[in-house]
Amino acid sequence: MNRNNWLLLKHGIVIDPSQGIEQEPMDILVEDGRISAIGHQIPPPGSADSGEILDLTGKWVVPGLIDIHVHLREPGQEYKETIETGTRAAAAGGFTAVASMPNTSPPNDSAEITRSILARAKEKGSCRVYPVAAITKGQAGESLTEFGDLLDAGAIAFSDDGLPVSDAAVMRLAMEYSLNFHALIISHAEELSLSRNGCMNLGNVSTRLGLRGIPAAAEEIAIFREIKLAELTGARLHIAHVSTKGSIEIIRRAKEQGVRVTAESAPHYFTLTEEAVEGYNTFAKMNPPLRTEQDREAIIQALADGTLDAIATDHAPHDILEKECEFEAAANGIIGLETALPLTLELVEQGAITPLRMVELISTAPASIIRQDGGSLKQGSPADITVIDPETEYEITRDLFRSRSFNSPFLGRRVRGRAALTICQGRITHQLSR
Amino acid sequence: MEQLKIRHILGLRDMSAEEIGFILDTAESLKPILHRHIKKVPPLRGRTIVTLFFEPSTRTKLSFELAAKRLSADTVGISKSMSSVVKGETLIDTTRNIQAMKPDIIVMRHSMAGAPHLIARHVDCSVINAGDGINEHPSQALLDMLTIRDHFGSLKGLKVAIIGDITHSRVAHSNIIGLQKMGARVAVCGPGTMLPPGLAAEGVEVMMRVEEAIEDADVIMALRIQRERQGLPLFPSQREYARKFGINNRRLRAAKENAIIMHPGPINRGVELAPDVADSGRSLILDQVTNGVAVRMALFSLLIAESGDERSPDMERQV
Ligand SMILES: [Zn+2]
Repeated sequence: MNRNNWLLLKHGIVIDPSQGIEQEPMDILVEDGRISAIGHQIPPPGSADSGEILDLTGKWVVPGLIDIHVHLREPGQEYKETIETGTRAAAAGGFTAVASMPNTSPPNDSAEITRSILARAKEKGSCRVYPVAAITKGQAGESLTEFGDLLDAGAIAFSDDGLPVSDAAVMRLAMEYSLNFHALIISHAEELSLSRNGCMNLGNVSTRLGLRGIPAAAEEIAIFREIKLAELTGARLHIAHVSTKGSIEIIRRAKEQGVRVTAESAPHYFTLTEEAVEGYNTFAKMNPPLRTEQDREAIIQALADGTLDAIATDHAPHDILEKECEFEAAANGIIGLETALPLTLELVEQGAITPLRMVELISTAPASIIRQDGGSLKQGSPADITVIDPETEYEITRDLFRSRSFNSPFLGRRVRGRAALTICQGRITHQLSR
Repeated sequence: MEQLKIRHILGLRDMSAEEIGFILDTAESLKPILHRHIKKVPPLRGRTIVTLFFEPSTRTKLSFELAAKRLSADTVGISKSMSSVVKGETLIDTTRNIQAMKPDIIVMRHSMAGAPHLIARHVDCSVINAGDGINEHPSQALLDMLTIRDHFGSLKGLKVAIIGDITHSRVAHSNIIGLQKMGARVAVCGPGTMLPPGLAAEGVEVMMRVEEAIEDADVIMALRIQRERQGLPLFPSQREYARKFGINNRRLRAAKENAIIMHPGPINRGVELAPDVADSGRSLILDQVTNGVAVRMALFSLLIAESGDERSPDMERQV
């Protein structure tokens, strides 16, 4: 008999918000790519050589992590990342699914490109890939892409991430048209006329460093616009990479008023501030920029109280040549797939969020925002499972990264907690050698 | 102090009051050379100074080159159009190539903040920032401070009012930092579109009326104004600027009686400064130019003394 017929995960501490399970020692049986049983003292379904039993004493067993904001760079920028390397980084970071942003070259604005991304992911991928398609053709901000065709090809949402839709009327059309397909619009909210000349947060540090600043208002005005348009149209809106306290206040009020809006922030926004730019550190350059301590604290609070629904990394690999240059000329963005889990665990360790809330933020909620499988360990669910060793301590180093790039401001940071095992659709995609 | 502790002159932010004072003392001691008939001394004979100007400049480049020649150093100048940067070479590659030709000092001006800091990490020689974006222009602030110190004997306790585009002026940034380190008070005023955040937190008095900024001031420093930045006009007209922010004799009544006028040049006559103010006995604008050469001579000789021949390359790299 095939040794991989089943996989029995024993004695792990299960955390699953979809079933309200908060740190309970349980067993999980995986058969045919699905969770066939979850409970106490599950016996092996067959003889010892027909499957595998893993003793996960002391480890956390959670639904596979899902990152709904990733730049896989393929097609067109394979020197930064490929679907193969990016999904390998995802699996190593504990992710079983990623949503890939459309600002590739060419941008993902046609069913053909969506299909090619999915085919590539099937062939070379180490996790599920959910293509996000462009809102406008060529991400030019003018005419809508073929939403229906793109959804049929496998796109799961629409966004002009990186090149925000600057014309409010075009965004209104996109939201209205999304209603026919119940499609999700993901907004990279940025008022370009205010941010255009800046390269870091506008404030004391930008003055000190002599760098042109981007005001928080550039993000907040754009978020307010998107929310008003979602209110007007009834569209389903998701706000990407929220970075300011003011944005959170706007989103909180919208939610209270019943607008259909969800929002995410990224680990760097709750871990770092604009001070990280000191010394013209291009690894701390991203868009939106790192903000102030007040903003950082507000993001943590919002992750805890539910104003922010999800954590997404905005994994943005760049070649070193695009970072080892003048700060103003350097590319925006940092990699995040392999640092997200330990950085989020820092919030748990600080007592800002519970382990249950952490899993909700990084698995259950992302799955429900994009309305895809995953985010649950219920019997019958696909076997997308992440096993976390919450105790292991280590330093983030360049050779840790499976990503093709290493543009991370967290290099050299001591962290605790790591994905020990990642299972995607019943297949082991990452296993930490002990 | 007998030697500079720093290897590069990137900004006054990285310098202590002691180091600034030491540079000003050294410049003071070199000044007599500029008034001799034969204005050349031998200490930097055989040394090479490369000026790398990615932004057009006449005055600053000339001042650095003259300073080098007064000390008998060889100078080579590269401007943006001559450099390979226009051919797509990265800044780091360009400077590594220049480094391979073994200069002692690179003087660099660049349109982007932090560019000299970047190349300083990639070369063995010293780097002098001759202006990086809107960040700093340390040699200009040093010559300004030398001019003020010459006139008043000390910087401590003086009030300096800086009027104009504070956001986009690297001269203002370096002066604010340096003057505060040397114990002077700094007040600024300009159109609200040209006042960056965070100055008050650094102890700068930010004023909305020029009269308030120059009240009881010992020094009034007017900055060169540029109406457009990235295609957007930052104030409605030069006429209104002159009326509301220009320094004229009427406004000067608020300042101390013996207050001096400075300007980094080139002046827009009748805009930043009324012509009779610019040409008055209180104007030290031409002294600033002379002091510029002295300060740059001081920087060259101190940096080269610091990297003296006895030191091994390994030791230099550790700094
Ligand atoms: Zn974005």
